[in-house]
Amino acid sequence: MSTQNAEVSANNIDKKSKVLQRSAFAKDLIRDKWMYLMLLPGVLYFIIFKYVPMYGIIMAFQDYKPFLGIMNSPWVGVKHFERFFSEPQFWDLFRNTVLLAVYNLVFFFPLPIVLALMLNEVRSEKFKGFVQTLVYIPHFVSWVVVVGIFYILLTTEGGIFNELIFALTGTKIAFLLEPEWFRTMIVSQSIWKEVGWGTIIFLAALSGVDLQLYEAARMDGAGRWRQLWHITLPAIRGTIVILLILRLGNFLDSGFEHIFLMLTPTNRDVGEVFDTYVYVKGLTQSQFSYSAAVGLFKSAVGLFLVLGSNWLAKKFGQEGVY
Amino acid sequence: MNYDKTIGNKIFDGVNYVLLAIIGLATVLPFIYILAVSFTSPHEVAKGGFILFPKEWSLSAYEYIFSTDTLIKSLGVSIYITAVGTAINLLFTSLMAYPLARQTLRGRQTILLAVLFTMLFSGGMIPTYFVVKAMGLTNSLWSLMIPNAISAFNLIVLKNFFQQIPDGLEDSARIDGCNDVGVLFRIVLPLSMPALATFGLFYAVSHWNQFFNAIMYINDNNKWPVQVLLREIVILAQSRIGDTGFEETEIQPLTIRMAVIVFATIPILIVYPFLQKHFAKGVMLGSVKG
Repeated sequence: MSTQNAEVSANNIDKKSKVLQRSAFAKDLIRDKWMYLMLLPGVLYFIIFKYVPMYGIIMAFQDYKPFLGIMNSPWVGVKHFERFFSEPQFWDLFRNTVLLAVYNLVFFFPLPIVLALMLNEVRSEKFKGFVQTLVYIPHFVSWVVVVGIFYILLTTEGGIFNELIFALTGTKIAFLLEPEWFRTMIVSQSIWKEVGWGTIIFLAALSGVDLQLYEAARMDGAGRWRQLWHITLPAIRGTIVILLILRLGNFLDSGFEHIFLMLTPTNRDVGEVFDTYVYVKGLTQSQFSYSAAVGLFKSAVGLFLVLGSNWLAKKFGQEGVY
Repeated sequence: MNYDKTIGNKIFDGVNYVLLAIIGLATVLPFIYILAVSFTSPHEVAKGGFILFPKEWSLSAYEYIFSTDTLIKSLGVSIYITAVGTAINLLFTSLMAYPLARQTLRGRQTILLAVLFTMLFSGGMIPTYFVVKAMGLTNSLWSLMIPNAISAFNLIVLKNFFQQIPDGLEDSARIDGCNDVGVLFRIVLPLSMPALATFGLFYAVSHWNQFFNAIMYINDNNKWPVQVLLREIVILAQSRIGDTGFEETEIQPLTIRMAVIVFATIPILIVYPFLQKHFAKGVMLGSVKG
């Protein structure tokens, strides 16, 4: 073989490897053609119902008219945001949202921990399982049913609670119409529906505790409360911290469906939150761009809070969720 | 756990058991009360008092709600969207989860990230409404099934589940001439029945319970699912007192309202034992980590 030939063949090999590289990509695509075909419906779903609405957010910077569409509606910059932040109602919404979140944090958050600890102290597996079976049920019924049940039990017209209160005090309390009862109602309904379900994650953490630790503590003369304090609680401390942080990440999510159902013309002043405001302005009053702007404000703050809380969770040495 | 049988411990246990029993009762008593009252004669209900077992049985509430076809229609709608919607959920979710479980698939990470991002940020109610409208889905039952065809969370958990299935099983089918679609339907899905049952139950419960999409997308009250009807009869009729903006909806007698609640809840209570068997597994099936 001459040197020239060798050069040519080397050149060829070089070209070939490039072709090979490219064709490796093409080959992978061809090999996985059925895979991509299967991905197609899901990818289309996420594009159409998740990403196109994200693109649609630009209507918040327009005066969107449905007959003009996104392409032709006039741009107005941040007009809607300026209006929203200068509305006196902005502070009402802010206060209502934050107050509900704080109420939830103070009154709801500790309860699943307490209930899980109580269940953990039960020696009879049968009794424990039975109570668990009962307290998980309300998680699966709809908010409509939960709110409906509260309406029926608490109404001033024949509701069993008001009959009782009337028999004792001679007066009735309009729990469902009086604005001052609104937050109490929301939090109690959340407690009734979700506390039992909330114990699952703590019970899972508790099931991993080494029983020998209790044994050793007892040898050292630790009583029941001390065992609870020094062994059981530290075992779920990490879980408590991460759930608390995640809860802060969802601070603005006050449970839209729930609040929507509980809102009445009389309690709107204390009950209206960002999400319900978006619904009222957007879909019942057709102020599309304005309500999209409010929605964007809420999603952006929400994203910031979730990422921030996740960062915080990692700082605490917990695995982040995202 | 073992504790010394001191008096203090006995009191602790006693109090703990009693409190737990009360908590357990507080969760189920409202259901029992509502079931009992719905079967009680209006005459006994009118006398008031707490009824846990009817003295005078009566089916009049049920006769009444089945005398018109309103409830029957909305039950039909709910059953339809639950059955068809869940089938769509499972099909779409598994079709997408399986390719994403293949580590060598090009573009996999990009798609996973894009899916994850939708859990953090969304276009919000108004832009989503316009997309559903532009797709021509409004006022059709599809608007209750297609816009939530895949839950990003379920998708990722199912993907993680698929990853745990040993590759050897899939390879042997491939050697026998099966393509990837065949492998999914003949090997992977049959092996994943417990996981599919779990996701199916959770999807089904969420379809049965949904009401807000119907309020947003459906105007025709012949197409209302049972939850929307329930809201109309039990909540709106009462909360509109003193509100002039709405047409006065007649407040139905207590027994009738309760009978409607029973119908909106019973399917959940029927599947609950199955749910309970699966959900502990379902919750722990996999982590969100890609």
